[in-house]
Amino acid sequence: MKYIDSFRDTNAIRGLVSKIHSVAGKIGKEIVLMEVCGTHTMAIARAGLRQLLPENVKLISGPGCPVCVSPNSFIDKAIAISELKNTIVTTFGDMYRVPSGNGSLEKQHSKGARIEIVYSPFDAIEIARRKPENNVVFIGVGFETTAPVIASVIKYAKQEKIKNFLVLAGNKIIPPAMEILVSDVHHHLDGFICPGHVSVIIGSKPYEIFPEKYNIPCVISGFEACDILQSILYLLEMIAGMEKISVKIQYTRCVDPEGNIKAKKIMNEVFSVCDSEWRGIGLIKSSGLAIKDEYKQYDAEYMLDVSVNISHDRSGCICGDVLKGIKSPVDCIFFKKVCTPENPVGPCMVSSEGTCAAYYAYEK
Amino acid sequence: MDHVWSLQKELVLLIMPMKNETILISHGAGGKQTRKLIEQTILKYFSDKILLPLPDAATVNIKGVEICFTTDSYVVNPVFFPGGDIGKLAICGTINDLAVSGAIPLFISCAMIIEEGFGFLMFEKILKSMSKIAKKTGVRIVTGDTKVVDRGKGDGIFITTTGIGLKFKNVQLGKQFIKKGDAVIIGGVPGMHELSIICARENIKFKTGLKSDCAPLHQMIEEIFGVSKKIRFMRDPTRGGVSAVLNEIVSGSDFGIEIYEDKIPLTKQVRSICEILGFDILNLASEGNVVIIADSKDANSIVRTMRKNPVGKNASVIGFVTDEFCGKVILKTKFGSSRFIEMPAAGQLPRIC
Repeated sequence: MKYIDSFRDTNAIRGLVSKIHSVAGKIGKEIVLMEVCGTHTMAIARAGLRQLLPENVKLISGPGCPVCVSPNSFIDKAIAISELKNTIVTTFGDMYRVPSGNGSLEKQHSKGARIEIVYSPFDAIEIARRKPENNVVFIGVGFETTAPVIASVIKYAKQEKIKNFLVLAGNKIIPPAMEILVSDVHHHLDGFICPGHVSVIIGSKPYEIFPEKYNIPCVISGFEACDILQSILYLLEMIAGMEKISVKIQYTRCVDPEGNIKAKKIMNEVFSVCDSEWRGIGLIKSSGLAIKDEYKQYDAEYMLDVSVNISHDRSGCICGDVLKGIKSPVDCIFFKKVCTPENPVGPCMVSSEGTCAAYYAYEK
Repeated sequence: MDHVWSLQKELVLLIMPMKNETILISHGAGGKQTRKLIEQTILKYFSDKILLPLPDAATVNIKGVEICFTTDSYVVNPVFFPGGDIGKLAICGTINDLAVSGAIPLFISCAMIIEEGFGFLMFEKILKSMSKIAKKTGVRIVTGDTKVVDRGKGDGIFITTTGIGLKFKNVQLGKQFIKKGDAVIIGGVPGMHELSIICARENIKFKTGLKSDCAPLHQMIEEIFGVSKKIRFMRDPTRGGVSAVLNEIVSGSDFGIEIYEDKIPLTKQVRSICEILGFDILNLASEGNVVIIADSKDANSIVRTMRKNPVGKNASVIGFVTDEFCGKVILKTKFGSSRFIEMPAAGQLPRIC
């Protein structure tokens, strides 16, 4: 644990905070930085980092919680699948309680649907092996972080000739969503704190469009207090003109500019890029991953005959604007009143990476 | 205007319980949902004034003698886990509920619901472990019941234990006695039980050597009563962990609690597992741990006494009762920022005890 402790060292944190104050003081005007990733949102809230920042440095949360950006239609599909006979739905825990207008997987479970929480899609394969009389459907959510492992499970299923395993493909790609945000004229952003885990896979190159086309600096950050503060400092230094506006890697201990070539290869083998619907943002071109034709027999949407009633967001829930960083959870009339982690109205309150859940749990 | 009306309608719909609402697994996880189930549904029908403060054990007066009385059901999955099993858990849990209520545990009843097909060997192993811990602690199992249900209608074995104990003389515990400035003490590393259950479950595959802290606390608690007359409140942080206990204490009170991140006793092992799995240690259940609120002047002698006992060897003062942030629990990080500790919404994992 010594390893982690050095990234939470009190003296290092104090040093970074004082440097941030001095650079921010030189810039003077308000600076808006977006932490794209939900894990960063949670880490910032848990460590209380907002309290340590100068008044003119504002952190806003982005669309980087995979559960939160999954649209109602996706949850409705998962619910519809759970109603099929001889079907076991397997899911990451975060997805279990996310509500759509049609209920949630948790509620389906209480009605008798067979839903199992797994920690890895390989656990779902094991269930499929143990229970050959059932179809085992894995709810595939996540960004580039979970896509390679889901791809390798699909590949493995084909190799092993496992016929009762299916994936409801909902994986998304982060950079196109970031571009939608910066190209929105109503949206003012000065810099991106780029996701660490996603970048382990994709590397730093996909972000180069932001400094080049939009003059917006990017720093790929780790998840400890020192990592995040150092990334903020790097961004401020670039904004202040002390450094060239570019994509910097702060999380050097895990991220290589090229990314994880092996993981990218397996992703490309199984998935093809498709347009994808994001909650709150809408359809984004080339922002999703669909299962390729060679692996169609593992595509739940293709293989299963389900009729889905698509539900709508609850009127008044501002999760969409929260995901775009336009509004803060405290702007929502439901927040903390009727929308709480035990009775979530929108997905941002359910997910352990959701902005509303982070504000609810930790921010004062 | 239409928009406002539709929002109001929405709010009403959200607050009103829905006709078809059913009980969810999170209602049994010990967090807010459990609290809601008890307060909004159960207390509608059961409203005895002894029950209403919802203590771990009820204190009843029978012809001038104060008796503590408690009951608990155990549905842990798996029934055998590192550091214990459902039987040991049932006896220790009941002993601890009596002990933190200020009573000497004396008699326990044991009711078992067994699923058809449950192995005799496993059954006897559980009974043996119950008998062993009862003998060791001097608590007597004096009555019981057995029921068998059809295969598929239970999950192995469920145990319900009820215990009675004799209340210590001159010990009065309760939230109402807590004063500003009081110390918040914890008996040891939080979360060991829940983490060991998590690791014992089939779908997590790393070996940790971690064991549940499942243990009887009554002896240590008796020793504490010997050194301090100013213990105000005690509770064992089971489901919902330390977060749930502290939030229950401050809920509706005119004080808050401030705790310090760097004072919480932790082991490398526990920290590592929490880091890997993303768990908040304060939300995780213990089965051999205690949260004590006591006069801060007595805090050092209480901690010294606890540390002499193996179950309290990591005891520490983790914070104080404050008049700031009434009704809230605040955690100060070691680098000077702070954040709220909320009542956990749903347990991190169902069926841990």
